[in-house]
Amino acid sequence: MNIKHIIAGLSVGLALAAPVAAEDVRVGLVAKALGIGFFDAAHSGALEAAEEVGDMEIIYTGPTSTTAEGQIEVINSLIAQNVDVIAVSANDTDALVPTLRRAMQRGIEVISWDSAVAQEGRSVHLDPSSPELIGGLLARLAHDALPDGQGKVAIMSATPTSTNQNVWIEEMRNALPQYPGVEIATVLYGDDLADKSYRETVSLLQSDPEVRVIVAPTSVGIVAAAQAVTDEGKIGEVIITGLGLPSEMAGHIHSGAAKNFAVWNPIDLGYSTAMIAYNLAKENAEAAPGSEISMGRVGTLSLDDTLSGAMAEPFIYDETNVDEFAEIF
Amino acid sequence: MTEERADPPADLPFRDRGRLAGALLRWETLLLFVGVALFIFNALATPYFLNPWTLSDATFNFTEKAIIALAVALLVISGEIDLSVASIVALASIAMGAVAEIGGPLPVIVATGLAVGVLAGAVNGVIVTAFALPSIVVTIGTLSLYRGIGYIVLGDGVFKNYPPEFAIFGQSYVWWVISFELASFLVLAVLFAILLHKTPFGRSIYAIGNNTLAARFAGIRVERVKFLLFCLSGLMAGVASVMLTSRLGSTRPTIAFGWELEIVTMVVLGGVSILGGSGSIPGVVIAAFVMGLITFGLGLLNVPGVVMSVAIGSVLIFVIALPRILAMVRR
Repeated sequence: MNIKHIIAGLSVGLALAAPVAAEDVRVGLVAKALGIGFFDAAHSGALEAAEEVGDMEIIYTGPTSTTAEGQIEVINSLIAQNVDVIAVSANDTDALVPTLRRAMQRGIEVISWDSAVAQEGRSVHLDPSSPELIGGLLARLAHDALPDGQGKVAIMSATPTSTNQNVWIEEMRNALPQYPGVEIATVLYGDDLADKSYRETVSLLQSDPEVRVIVAPTSVGIVAAAQAVTDEGKIGEVIITGLGLPSEMAGHIHSGAAKNFAVWNPIDLGYSTAMIAYNLAKENAEAAPGSEISMGRVGTLSLDDTLSGAMAEPFIYDETNVDEFAEIF
Repeated sequence: MTEERADPPADLPFRDRGRLAGALLRWETLLLFVGVALFIFNALATPYFLNPWTLSDATFNFTEKAIIALAVALLVISGEIDLSVASIVALASIAMGAVAEIGGPLPVIVATGLAVGVLAGAVNGVIVTAFALPSIVVTIGTLSLYRGIGYIVLGDGVFKNYPPEFAIFGQSYVWWVISFELASFLVLAVLFAILLHKTPFGRSIYAIGNNTLAARFAGIRVERVKFLLFCLSGLMAGVASVMLTSRLGSTRPTIAFGWELEIVTMVVLGGVSILGGSGSIPGVVIAAFVMGLITFGLGLLNVPGVVMSVAIGSVLIFVIALPRILAMVRR
């Protein structure tokens, strides 16, 4: 009798407890370090996704400084809490692998976002964007900034050996046939140094007055070029665009040296990461080459052979939204 | 001290000695009590804590630092300090990575790490003893120097061509949930306790820390002891480097960045007088576990790292102030 009662009581208790425990997808969102505006914005995006799906809990965490050892401690505690998914923006591509592999052995889904973990330490990686999307957008920004879409464009790059910039510029050239009026006059190298980028821009402005637009796919170069245009009194004559950070570019947007620029949106990145985590945990999608994973309002992620995928084209910042994001990053 | 002894003459400061021994005993008991309290608190605060594998994972967060703390404790007792230990970890790791890169076999890789550790420690020891310079200044210098060499060699690159068997030191278990790292730490702790508390060498460390001049008059070769202690500190940094590198499976110049502060915190929390002359190995071992319990417990509660630093600082001050407060209350 007694035992029956206890069993009955237990099963009622389990029935009451089970739905909450079984259905909530718990996602550990690991930042490179806490207290960085970019990651806090990604957290707010992830919370938005959690609210949208209803049964997801976001545990936002990260080390105090951007070290691999600190991230491993944080990941160890997420493993101990038996979360469903660990989504990490890695401080070190390789050093996290042994710990994350242990997480996977214990049945936790591991994905990386923003900054990738080597493939053996994760399933899916979400890149904020892709070289094709970035190059295409740079070509479009250049076209839109030219009067009537016609004229000469200069590129302010980092160093001649900067892999990222070289790939983006290559993809931009590939996209140019869509914009027949755009002509690339020259590529300048500012070495990602503010003073060198500034000097290169000034000498270009003096030597080639026909250049109407400078595209700078580097956050250092774009600020230096905008400053050079301002100091040379060429605001309105020469337009700056490219990739930059809202906090550094807000002033130049207001002065008119730049009309717009682009970079990934951290809120969308956090939102998409959470959506991918949720869909993998719920087995709505699988992590396999060629598979497609829904990212809610942002779109669909297509995985390549290395299980990586690009979220979207970089987000465009202009007069209307730059101040709001300048406070974030 | 079990042998029978006559009452001490009134003019000998025996009472002081008795009080000192009592205080030391109380210190470790107090620390142990704090550790048990933290353990119970963690077990009640989060349902995930009382799991053998969880506890095993937790030990990885502090064993490497604790191994270095054992040797640094001896240095502090002798009145010196070594702040360059974390940089030695980085330098040794980079040397091992370079050897692994050219295809060196496992024993050579490990030997390189240990040798670089001893060598870096010996350099500290020579500078401190030969030029009679304060070790805090010398090792702040070598802290920058050793890591600087690492940055020059590796830049923003990475060494990761370690042979698969290298994973033994940082990722394997000797028995059930007892990791190789934890087992090594416990064995080393026993060896250090014997060295400090049961050998003439250990007694000379206390003597130097209490009164260098008197130690010199007693025939202790002060410079030699200090030099050996710096070498030992470098060697333990090398051991920790082997384990950490194995656990991460790769080397970057930022490896073990900022560890010296946590290591010194462990030593001081363990009851070692920062002025030299007193302290014990059991104290340091308990302190290592206490620090591990605090950080891991707070981690399980998803407390942000910044708050965790505040908590560790507060605990350190509280534990150190407690005996003084108790003494004041008693009076």
